[in-house]
Amino acid sequence: MHAGFDRRTLLAGSLIGGGTLALPRIAFAQGSGTRNLLFVLLRGAADGMAMLAPVGDPGFEALRSAALADYEGAPRLGSFFAIHPALAEVAKSAAAGEALFVHAAATSYRERSHFDGQNLLETGGTAPYAAKDGWLNRLAGLMNAGAPSPLRALAIAATVPLALRGSAPVSNYAPSALPEASEDLLSRVSQLYAGDAELGPLWASALETKEMAVDDGMRNLRDASAAGDLAASLMRGPQGARIGMIELGGWDTHANQRGAFARSARQLDALLAAYKAGMGAGWADTMVVVATEFGRTARLNGTGGTDHGTGSAALVMGGAVRGGRVVADWPGLADRQLFEGRDLAPTIALESVLAGAVAEHLRLDPVRAMAQLFPGRSDAPLSGIVRG
Amino acid sequence: MSAASIALNRFGYGFSAKSAAPDDPRRFLLRQMDAFDPAPAAIATRLGTRAKTGEMIELLRRLRQDTRAMAAMEQAGAAAMAPAMTDDMTRQEARAAALDGLPPEYREKLIEARRMLADDIAVRVNLAVSSRTPMAERLVHFWSNHFSVAVGKPGTQFEAGPHEFTTIRPHVFGRFSDMLKAAVLHPAMLIYLDQFQSIGPNAPFIQRRAARGGGDQQRPRGLNENLAREVLELHTLGVGGGYSQDDVTELARALTGWTVPGIGQVGRFAQTQPSGAAFVALVHEPGARRVLGRSYAAGEAKQALAILDDLAAHPATARHIATKFARHFAGDTPPPALVARLEADFLKTGGDLASLTRTLIEAPEAWVAEPVKFRTPFEWLVGALRLTGVEALPAQRIVGALTQLGQAPWGAPSPAGYDDIAASWAGPDALVRRVELAERIARNVPQDGVIARAEAAFPGALGESTLTQLQRAESGQQALALLLVSPEMMRR
Repeated sequence: MHAGFDRRTLLAGSLIGGGTLALPRIAFAQGSGTRNLLFVLLRGAADGMAMLAPVGDPGFEALRSAALADYEGAPRLGSFFAIHPALAEVAKSAAAGEALFVHAAATSYRERSHFDGQNLLETGGTAPYAAKDGWLNRLAGLMNAGAPSPLRALAIAATVPLALRGSAPVSNYAPSALPEASEDLLSRVSQLYAGDAELGPLWASALETKEMAVDDGMRNLRDASAAGDLAASLMRGPQGARIGMIELGGWDTHANQRGAFARSARQLDALLAAYKAGMGAGWADTMVVVATEFGRTARLNGTGGTDHGTGSAALVMGGAVRGGRVVADWPGLADRQLFEGRDLAPTIALESVLAGAVAEHLRLDPVRAMAQLFPGRSDAPLSGIVRG
Repeated sequence: MSAASIALNRFGYGFSAKSAAPDDPRRFLLRQMDAFDPAPAAIATRLGTRAKTGEMIELLRRLRQDTRAMAAMEQAGAAAMAPAMTDDMTRQEARAAALDGLPPEYREKLIEARRMLADDIAVRVNLAVSSRTPMAERLVHFWSNHFSVAVGKPGTQFEAGPHEFTTIRPHVFGRFSDMLKAAVLHPAMLIYLDQFQSIGPNAPFIQRRAARGGGDQQRPRGLNENLAREVLELHTLGVGGGYSQDDVTELARALTGWTVPGIGQVGRFAQTQPSGAAFVALVHEPGARRVLGRSYAAGEAKQALAILDDLAAHPATARHIATKFARHFAGDTPPPALVARLEADFLKTGGDLASLTRTLIEAPEAWVAEPVKFRTPFEWLVGALRLTGVEALPAQRIVGALTQLGQAPWGAPSPAGYDDIAASWAGPDALVRRVELAERIARNVPQDGVIARAEAAFPGALGESTLTQLQRAESGQQALALLLVSPEMMRR
């Protein structure tokens, strides 16, 4: 393991390798076994510069003087980056070589609307609203091709998020505070929906998930740690969902960012720690990818917050992740280096990170995965994320 | 679906034993436009009870100066800040414990704010449940979602209800430009999208502060363009509506000065506006503005109003509104012919929403026999309460039910409001929740004559298989629960 800041090296490897990079184990959609993938979507544009602060950049202090104190004594990744102190468990995973940050990453979206940015990140299309289904659903479709039965893909959410919507079968689950319906009513509803092409399959999927969920006493997903436990209960073991997705909000920190960011980061940290613990031995075969729709302005605004920006950070964790590093082609923070004079400039395509990470983890051909999940991109999938 | 069933269910909130049956479905709808009461007594009694928003924000600002109080609030965390959105005792205890850590005056304000919010939600729901003009109530909720505000930030709990009651309701059959100005410049929106603390970089206030030497470092202040962006992207032109970042910034500058009364050092200079907002000229960015190629002379509060009027009349706005309106009534993928007709009507009348509604009612695309929409949780619950005859349900029960169904009013996850497509609502878990709630509702209401009620609720549109299941039910209660989750009830 090598802790620290990989400048261009790792990225360069994947670019040179390009489409023909052949990892020995790759055969398309073969033998994913019981590998699990959890995608954590941070809705609202999480500030990558707060998550993983480039304290080694001389420009950081000028842009973020009001937040500098947060990083005194914070865990470091190399000499250049400091992990936000609220991400203590993530930092431990990084120190153990199981968590990797990618910095200055962004999708191909260059405007600043949450809704469009999330739409593009979730659909994987080249423009917002261009694609109707989600990249995670297409990933499920890839895994299902040639498989005897479709894998289980599940949103731990009150409704199925766009990233997971599409033609491959998916379901969702969230703990309910309502009294459980009687068994008799449940079975009559099954009959009521039997002939309904939409409600029938939805209902069958609902009953299946109900069997597995460990959520005694839970009545919502607000407790991030309990949500992490629940996600693990629905994903571990041979019957568990292979692909999972969970969303965390609270990142749209337009004003008074320090407190608001710390609160949201603590939630993320608790969720990831509980999920990792809950996966138990399965953690060795598990990957978690955390991403957000875009970053935030490099400078604090007039109300102590940050506005919608461009480049942000992503996080990849897992038992087999070659972690303890930051993958970045650091763009710098001087005025002329900022994107449009205001945002962290994106130097890595987030789509490449997502496609590369999931392909290596799930033993898919990265080039084909990139083409199916994020069509129309010229970037090559990032490689070297998983320990070879 | 028959035309009668479409009039009841696609356009309205479903059958109620109290309302007349739609003999002539189109006239049944058109008559509601005349009969609608925009300011019923239930709302009038609510509005005299607040004006606490500025006090709450000021209180919070004072507390921020007090590090001990802030530490306690930090510990109380999200649990204390979250609105009271459940009827569950465990949660209430957890919330109470979190509240204990707060300074008492702030705690009292939070409790008051939550109670007020829950009561406003109950008023909204109970009005719809007992309404004889359910199509008009649907329109109120459609436009309220278009100008979505969500509670969470301090003070918004007091304002979300009044936002809908005073800026949406009076205008559903009025002019879009009036609704736009009222809804965007209401305190709820000004707080929700950070406008209330936005200050023009060259405003007199900033100049004076600089002249005095520095000023208050604890309160970083400057331009915030959040509201301006959402006005262009969501409320008027829409994505791809042809505006640039410069237009966003110029609108943000024009909007400076629009804030809520009773806050900050500049509060005493506030001119109260009819919306309940305040305009403070001291923080307004001076000078002329240029938005979408048009110039606007310096004009303090009137400058933003002039820009909003032009945005309301813009062709991209007509297109955006027509598309959303058609999607809400005629299908997730709105029929292009209907969108074109609504767009033309909007342009011709300059955004007359009564005319827009009439055009929708007359449009053949709105009357196709196949169900075109999956009911949202809110639509489903109101429909279920109307069908079962439950009226005046207590506030906590209503709030709890809507929270569990995933669609608490004024709680959308983004300023775009709640989604209006089946893919967002027709999930396995969502069905389980409706089934759970249906069984609970059916337990406490009259359970007789379920099949007759089913036939009245879906005239000429009740499917054979649903009828069979209702007939096979072991009790009236079970038949009613099954009716509430039947495919007929799930779609419109």
